Amino acid sequence: MDHPSIDREWKKGSAELLLLSLLENLPRHGYEIGKLIEHRSQGALRFHIASLYPLLYRLEKRGWIQGRWVEKDGQRRRRYYRLTSQGRKVLATQRQGWQTFVAAISRITGVENA
Amino acid sequence: MPDWKEPIRQQLASLRLAPAREAEIVEELALHAEDRYRELQSGGTAETEARRLTLAEISSHALLARELAAVERTGAPEPIVLGSGRKAGFLTGLGQDLRYGFRTLRKSPGFAVIAMLALALGIGANTAIFSVVNGVLLRPLAYPDPDRLLKIFESNAELGQYSVSYPNYVDWRRESGSFTDMGAFRSDDFNFTGSGEPEQVHGEYISASLIPVLGVTPFLGRSFLPEEDRQQAPCAVMLSYGFWKDRFAADPNVLGRSLTLNAMRCAVVGVMPADFRFREEARVYLPLEQYASVELHTREAHMGLGVIGRLKPGATVGAAQAEIGSIANRLARQFPATNAGHGAALVRMKEDMVGRIRPTLLLMVGAVGFVLIIACANVANLLLARSTARGREFAIRAALGADRARVVRQLLTESVLLSLGGAAIGLLIARWGTSVVLAAAPGSLPRSGEIGIDPYVLLFTLVVSILTGVLFGLAPAFHSANANPQESLKEGTRGAGGGRHRTEGVFVAVETGLAVILLAGAGLMMQSIWRLWRVDPGFNTSHILTTQFALSPKVMANPSGIQLAFQQVLDRAATIPGVRAAAITSLVPLGDSDSENSFWPGTGPQPPQDRLTSALFYIVTPDYPSVMQIPLRRGRFLNAMDNLDSPPVVVVDEVMAKHVFPGQDPVGRQISLMVVGPVQIVGVVGHVKHWGLDTDDTNKVRDQMYFAVRQVPDKFLSEAVAGLTLALRTSPEPLSLVSAVRAQVAGPTQDQPIYAAQTMEQIISGSLAERRFTMLLLIIFAATALLLAGVGIYGVMSYAVTRRTHELGIRSALGASRTEIVGLVVREGMRLAAIGIAAGLLAAVVLTRFMAGLLYGVRPYDPATLVLVTLLLGGIALLACYIPARRATAVDPVIALRCE
Repeated sequence: MDHPSIDREWKKGSAELLLLSLLENLPRHGYEIGKLIEHRSQGALRFHIASLYPLLYRLEKRGWIQGRWVEKDGQRRRRYYRLTSQGRKVLATQRQGWQTFVAAISRITGVENA
Repeated sequence: MPDWKEPIRQQLASLRLAPAREAEIVEELALHAEDRYRELQSGGTAETEARRLTLAEISSHALLARELAAVERTGAPEPIVLGSGRKAGFLTGLGQDLRYGFRTLRKSPGFAVIAMLALALGIGANTAIFSVVNGVLLRPLAYPDPDRLLKIFESNAELGQYSVSYPNYVDWRRESGSFTDMGAFRSDDFNFTGSGEPEQVHGEYISASLIPVLGVTPFLGRSFLPEEDRQQAPCAVMLSYGFWKDRFAADPNVLGRSLTLNAMRCAVVGVMPADFRFREEARVYLPLEQYASVELHTREAHMGLGVIGRLKPGATVGAAQAEIGSIANRLARQFPATNAGHGAALVRMKEDMVGRIRPTLLLMVGAVGFVLIIACANVANLLLARSTARGREFAIRAALGADRARVVRQLLTESVLLSLGGAAIGLLIARWGTSVVLAAAPGSLPRSGEIGIDPYVLLFTLVVSILTGVLFGLAPAFHSANANPQESLKEGTRGAGGGRHRTEGVFVAVETGLAVILLAGAGLMMQSIWRLWRVDPGFNTSHILTTQFALSPKVMANPSGIQLAFQQVLDRAATIPGVRAAAITSLVPLGDSDSENSFWPGTGPQPPQDRLTSALFYIVTPDYPSVMQIPLRRGRFLNAMDNLDSPPVVVVDEVMAKHVFPGQDPVGRQISLMVVGPVQIVGVVGHVKHWGLDTDDTNKVRDQMYFAVRQVPDKFLSEAVAGLTLALRTSPEPLSLVSAVRAQVAGPTQDQPIYAAQTMEQIISGSLAERRFTMLLLIIFAATALLLAGVGIYGVMSYAVTRRTHELGIRSALGASRTEIVGLVVREGMRLAAIGIAAGLLAAVVLTRFMAGLLYGVRPYDPATLVLVTLLLGGIALLACYIPARRATAVDPVIALRCE
């Protein structure tokens, strides 16, 4: 991960990048994360429950995010996920790798990067 | 609302997740499904359609199970405490337990603080006593191979062990093959002049071989050479580190400088290291042969000489003992007049230093152990009460699949955390406590300079606190783990069954019992001290000032000068306002000095040594009985006319009179003294408890003789001068006269210092120091025990009252009077206390036997003490039961019944 490299893993890994990015500033619960991805991608990306939660659990197990049951007034308790300091480093690396990837693709395909 | 959980659970069934983990995932996914369902509905989807779509999402794919399997199969993070603990490693589990335990304790700070304070008392007391035991008993002496260092005494059946005569030491050293070498030493005081105020400094005469035998390297310079340890050699001196710092400002060039000791110029050849603790008070060391006494080379004189030998590698104490014994036998045959009946005894050096204090310290270890157990019982009770309150928590865990071992482990972690917290505070208490203990026991504790908190003490505290945590945590933990989840989960259950109350009862009984034992011990010590204070020492102890003094070096040259100087000191002291009588004496009763002389009845030739009798030999001036107020029984005391020109006389005490001349009047009879020769008995005085208020009756030397300073033969006078004491009977408080005495004794030339001034009462107090020390500590421990036991009973009774609110409410609704309610509660508590007290009394009768050696005038099973202890503890227990009982009567039946 030290050197941003471009391979197939990165395409798969973009899902991780999405989740980590969304948790960068605020702890969020699973449903909120799913809605945000759908909303911000204007419907282009949608996470199914069967892939969203296993992915969250995996990131949690790696120590990149941490889930915690939180009970807010008048609501049922929910499990909120927040970025750990390790996750924050991973996010920075992945983000840079992604940019390199996009830039490379752009140079090859001739599409201007906005 | 549709049930989302069941379809999700079905999806996960194949994964066989830990129940807790599964519950967590199901909850989270069900929430998601619920959100999705509501969103669909709010978007206009019909209710049945929304439900169908949501269900399809969560259950149509095998994807969820497959993806989760990939993540969870490899060991999902263990939920804290809830799981079985089999999957996670021990250390991971421990980390979780610690974190969780920490959080739990933080949530109830009041409980945590009280528990930790109770434990801190117990652990602190144990640490303090252990640091003393460690420094005194356990740590080896600070010499290389200290176990090979042996103290060698002369010994016989009459006197036990006593100091060695120098010629015997020289023969032992020459003839023995078991030792690499031997060294000898003798304490003395030196008049240090020529550097400001004259000062009396304590020092040691040591043989040149002593420092090498100990294996110590001087900090500066060297130790004595054999040629310096000769009678005519120029005086050489070694300094203690402290003396070098104080009086020579730590001058690195001190070697070769000279100082004046006893009017002799002595050149400094070495400085000892700072941690050299052979004889703590010594400030200067001189070669033994510089001890200018004819008696040093007299085989019959035992001038307080100590001998230390270093065993050769491979030699055993037994073999060395046999060898020295056979040399002593040979010497006895060769010199029957002086050596008949004298054997030799070998003791390890450390044993010689600390053997006497060992029983006291072990007693303390036992006492603080009890205090700690009481603290544990208290905390265990607190934990039990809490475990009932936490019953639901444990029941839920059990229901979710936590196994018993895991819950027990978690609870033990919590209790160990508590005890570690207690230990941290306890260490502070111990540091403070140790300094208090040492201040309370000045001088009565050997090696006290080596007491402190070192890594061994820290390790001890750590081990004790972990063991403590397990000890007091075990019962509550098993109690919680065994709780029936169904019972605990029922709302409004009162109490958690009888098991807990039985355990609580046992704890209360145990701590009450232990408190009884400690109180009995403290009570017995207090009685002993009280009785000792009332022992008649044979003289009037109040208003006596004693002080040692040194004569001016200028008068020491001739005997008549010394005698004149004594008279002048007495005359000048007598002029001090408030001084009613003044005397000089070679011995002070109840101090730690002694001097014996052997005698035989009649004027015949000296019988062999083993037929001689020893008596304490007081060399005094005529006013001694007036100062001490010792009663004259017959004849007269010594007077000014008893001098070298008159026939030598002696006054004996009543014990010696009865012993030597049973049924006869000893006045006018002759006896013969070693060194002095035949003397006539002119009077009989009362016996004085010289050896101590407690031990005088059992000492082997109880006969006492008084001999006039003026009749001391000239050749012995200069050494008899060393260590003489001026004793004054005063009208005002004795210590108020010290500065006046100092001014008068100093004399016109201002070179006669006084030192070690103390009242007779201080001396007596000092003679009881060890017992007082024991008593003081036992009182502190017993008071702590009493407090903890009282709090323990109170806590249990308070809880019992709360638990029985409902029942008591019904009783009072049915007409029970206040008195009946109080009686009910108090009876329950007092039953426990009574069981504890009874068991404690039995144990006290057995255990206090071990302190029989420390008691005086009171038997270990002293009924008065036991009755008092019972009353005191019973009273405290009654109070501790009565307060909650009073509260029980305040219960309003209506409210009590409503709390169902």
